[in-house]
Amino acid sequence: MRNYSVIDANNQQVTYVDQKRWWWVLSLINPTLPLIGVLGFLATQQPFWLVAPLILMFVVAPLLDLLLGEDQNNPPESLVPQLEDDAYYRVLTYLTVPLHYIAFITVAVFVGTQTLPWWGFLALAVAIGFADGFAINTGHELGHKRTRLETWLAKIVLAVPAYGHFWIEHNRGHHRDVATPDDPASARMGESIYRFALREIPGAFHRAWEIERERLNRKDLPVLHLQNEVLQSYLISVVLQLSLLIAFGWIMVPFLLIHNFFSWWVLTSANYIEHYGLLRMQQDNGKYERCQPHHSWNANHIYSNLLLFHLQRHSDHHANPTRRYQSLRHFEDLPSLPSGYYGMYLLAYVPSLWFKYMDAKLLQLPHVKGDLNKINIDPEAREAIFEKYGDGFVPAS
Amino acid sequence: MSQHLKYVCPGCGYTYNEALGDDHEGYPPGYLFKDLPDDFVCPDCAVRYKEDFEPETNQQH
Ligand SMILES: [Zn+2]
Repeated sequence: MRNYSVIDANNQQVTYVDQKRWWWVLSLINPTLPLIGVLGFLATQQPFWLVAPLILMFVVAPLLDLLLGEDQNNPPESLVPQLEDDAYYRVLTYLTVPLHYIAFITVAVFVGTQTLPWWGFLALAVAIGFADGFAINTGHELGHKRTRLETWLAKIVLAVPAYGHFWIEHNRGHHRDVATPDDPASARMGESIYRFALREIPGAFHRAWEIERERLNRKDLPVLHLQNEVLQSYLISVVLQLSLLIAFGWIMVPFLLIHNFFSWWVLTSANYIEHYGLLRMQQDNGKYERCQPHHSWNANHIYSNLLLFHLQRHSDHHANPTRRYQSLRHFEDLPSLPSGYYGMYLLAYVPSLWFKYMDAKLLQLPHVKGDLNKINIDPEAREAIFEKYGDGFVPAS
Repeated sequence: MSQHLKYVCPGCGYTYNEALGDDHEGYPPGYLFKDLPDDFVCPDCAVRYKEDFEPETNQQH
């Protein structure tokens, strides 16, 4: 295990060992999980295997979060530069990029050449969709970095789920507007994930193109130009998905539609839970207060954090968007989720349960204490929420 | 010759160098910091605004 060490400003020796160092290899699981279904089926001809990847994602991952629990370790601040310079961590993010391509193409060839029961086809298409939703997670980690290599890898990996506009929209739009009513990627109290998706998916698309159009305008270029960084990624998607369509015919139409939809749905799910109901207050000058740690929901669950490059340490990510995943920190007293994202997704998919549980958590937050004016509320649910909770009501925990 | 200054994002360390501008963002060399739009956000981290930027100390030319 590599030992980091430095003499800090107070002349004290500071050392740190990243206990999770080798465990980060688990981040390679998400891209390749659907291959278990392909290999299992080819080896046994049992169509049950086609459902196995989804079970591993939505039964095994939440269970492992429950069993393995949380990890609150933080690297000492004085050693963060060494940790950030350690190429090992970066290489793992690079490796997931070809893995997403290999898995996606393998599954496409498999469903394009094998005769499968319709439910097996559906389960595998949904599974590879979810797996490539995590391509957006890799694109997220890479897209925040400022090296040419990493931004290009972000565009390349985002091309698999055909979501090339994500990193522009996320870095320059979501981070700017997060936890305000202006942000299509911040969910409001009383808004179900299904209604949120209808606002988030088109909103993100529109905002990315606006940002890119303004940038290209300043350079006196038209928006449809090869320097458009959204378009660059889309072009890779077109080549990739059109080739599959030509190679395997009509079966690719439902496959690609299901794949792309569920990839986007993973991002929608993550966005939905990350800032649900949280609100930055408007200052006297009309601007919103700076994004504070209490404007994101967090989870410290070991297993899902290893699979998601610490995305769940979300408050620190918003405070320091360019910080690399291995250095993201846990802080005490932040809005925190009872489970990792996989478990929370399942809760979000049943809105009545989600509202029942999360609305109470929201009202209990120390900076809210039942004050509905400090919550980002869906205008359409506003009346019902005020009627139900009244002002100042804090549910018992 | 007019003096070009550098302005640093206090959050992430991005530096706007007036002498170089920022080609990717569409600001040509010599484009002054004060002429950047009022809603300018840090091109790298996007969570610091124009008014947060600090002039770099020990300016070198
Ligand atoms: Zn910055």
